[in-house]
Amino acid sequence: MRGAFATFVALVRRDLVLAVREGGALGTALGFFLIVVALMPLGLGPDLNLLSRIASGVLWIALLLAALLSLPRIFEADYEDGALEVMAMGELPMEMVAAAKSLAHWISTGIPLALMAPMLGILLNLDLASAPVLVATMLAGTPAISFLGSIGAALTLKARRGGLLLALLVLPLYIPTLIFGISTVNAASLASDSFWPSFAILVALSLGSAVLGPIAAAAAVKFQIQ
Amino acid sequence: MPTMQTSQSITQKLANPTRFMDLSGRLLPWITVASAGIIAYAMYLVFFVAPPDYQQGQTVKIMYIHVPSAWLGMMAYALIAISSFGLLVFRHPLADVSAKAAAPIGAAFTLLALLTGSLWGKPMWGTYWVWDARLTSVLLLFFLYLGLMALRSSIEDEALAAKLTAVLALVGVILLPIIKFSVDWWNTLHQPSTGLTTTVHASIRVPLLISAFGFSLLFFAMHMKAMRNEILRRRVKALRMAEVERAQSNSPPGNPSVSGDIRARAAQAGE
Repeated sequence: MRGAFATFVALVRRDLVLAVREGGALGTALGFFLIVVALMPLGLGPDLNLLSRIASGVLWIALLLAALLSLPRIFEADYEDGALEVMAMGELPMEMVAAAKSLAHWISTGIPLALMAPMLGILLNLDLASAPVLVATMLAGTPAISFLGSIGAALTLKARRGGLLLALLVLPLYIPTLIFGISTVNAASLASDSFWPSFAILVALSLGSAVLGPIAAAAAVKFQIQ
Repeated sequence: MPTMQTSQSITQKLANPTRFMDLSGRLLPWITVASAGIIAYAMYLVFFVAPPDYQQGQTVKIMYIHVPSAWLGMMAYALIAISSFGLLVFRHPLADVSAKAAAPIGAAFTLLALLTGSLWGKPMWGTYWVWDARLTSVLLLFFLYLGLMALRSSIEDEALAAKLTAVLALVGVILLPIIKFSVDWWNTLHQPSTGLTTTVHASIRVPLLISAFGFSLLFFAMHMKAMRNEILRRRVKALRMAEVERAQSNSPPGNPSVSGDIRARAAQAGE
C-alpha cells in the first residue's frame, strides 16, 4: 500500500498528463484569453493612455473568464467515464482527490495563463516595468480560482445547462481575489506601503480557498456518485 | 407484514411536517393580519407623523422601506444557511423546505433594498448607482440568491438538488464576510450603520423600528405560506408516484427497471 502522499502526487501527475495528451484545454483557454483582451481596445477605442491605465484590470478579468472556461474539466470527464467512482472507493479521501485535481488544474491552466499575461499586456500598452508584479499577483491569486472553481465544477456535474450555471455560481466567489489582485498591482505602481499587506491577503485568499474548496467540492461529488 | 411496515414508515416521515402544517395553519392568519396592521400603522407614522429630514426632505421616507428590506435580505440568507446546516448535518425533514421557501423571498427583499436605495441615491447622491462597498456587497448577496435558485432548478433529482444547494449556501456564508470586507477596502459612500439606539432621533427611530417589525412579520408570513405550499406540492407528487406505481403493479408485468426507478423517486419525494 502506497502512502497517501504518493497517491496524491500520482493523481496530480495523472491529471497533468491527461491535460497535456488530450490537448485542446490549454489552447482553448489561452485563445479565449487572447480574444477577450483583443476585444477590449476594439470596444474602448485605441487610446493608448486609457488602455495603459486599465491594462492590469482587463488582464485580470480576461484571466478569470479564461480560467472559468476550463473549470468543467476538473471533474466532468472522470465523472462520465466512472473514474471518479473508482477514486471515491480508493484509500485517498475525496477531499484530497478534489485537492489534487484542483492543483492539477492550477498547474495546467492558472500558471500558463499568468505567464501569458505580460505578452498580451503589450496589446494593451501595459507598462512593462509593472509586468513582473502583475504576474506575481496572478500566480498568487490563481490558486483561489482553481480551488473555488472546483466547488462550482462539482456542484454542476448533474445540472442541465451546466456551463452557464457554473459562471453564475463561481464568478461572485472570485470577487475578493479580483479586488486584492488589482489593489496589489495598484499599490506596486504607486510604490506605496500597502503592497505587502494586499499581497499577503491575496495569498491568504488562495490558501483559505485551498482548504474550503476541496471540502465543499468533495461533499458535492459524494452526494452525486453514491 | 410489509404493508404495515411501509404505512408506518410513511407516517413516521410525515409526522413532523404534519405537525408543522397544523401549527402553521393555526398561526398563519394571525401573523398575516398582524403584519398588515403593523405595516399600515408604520406607514401612517411615516407619512403623517414623522418629520421630514432637515437635509433630505421627503426622500428620507424611502429609508423606512429600504432599511427593513436590507435587514430582511440578510436575515433570509442567515435562515437559508441555518436550514442548510440542519439539512446536511441533522437531516431535518423541514430544513430543505425552509431553505427552498426562503430563497425567492430573500432575493425579493434584497432586490427591493437595491431598488429603493438607488431611487434614494438619485436625488441624494446624484446617481442611481455607485460602485460603493455596501452596494457592491448587497449586489453580490443578490447574485448568491440567484445562484441558489438557478442551481436548484437545474437539477432534476429534488433530494440531490437540496443537498447541493445546501453546500452552496454554506460556502456563501463563509465568503459573504470576506466579500463584505474586501469591498470595504474600496472607497465608501454609503453611510455606516448609525447604531439606532442613540444617534437617531426618536421621531424617526420609532417609526423605523415599527416598520422593520411589520416587514419582519410579513417575511415570516410569506415564508410560512411558501413552506406550506412546498409541503403540499411534495405530498401531491408522492401521491401521484404511488398511484403510478399501483397502476403498474396491477397491470401485467412491464419493464421492471422502470417501476423500480419510479419507486425510488417516490421514496425520495416522500422523505
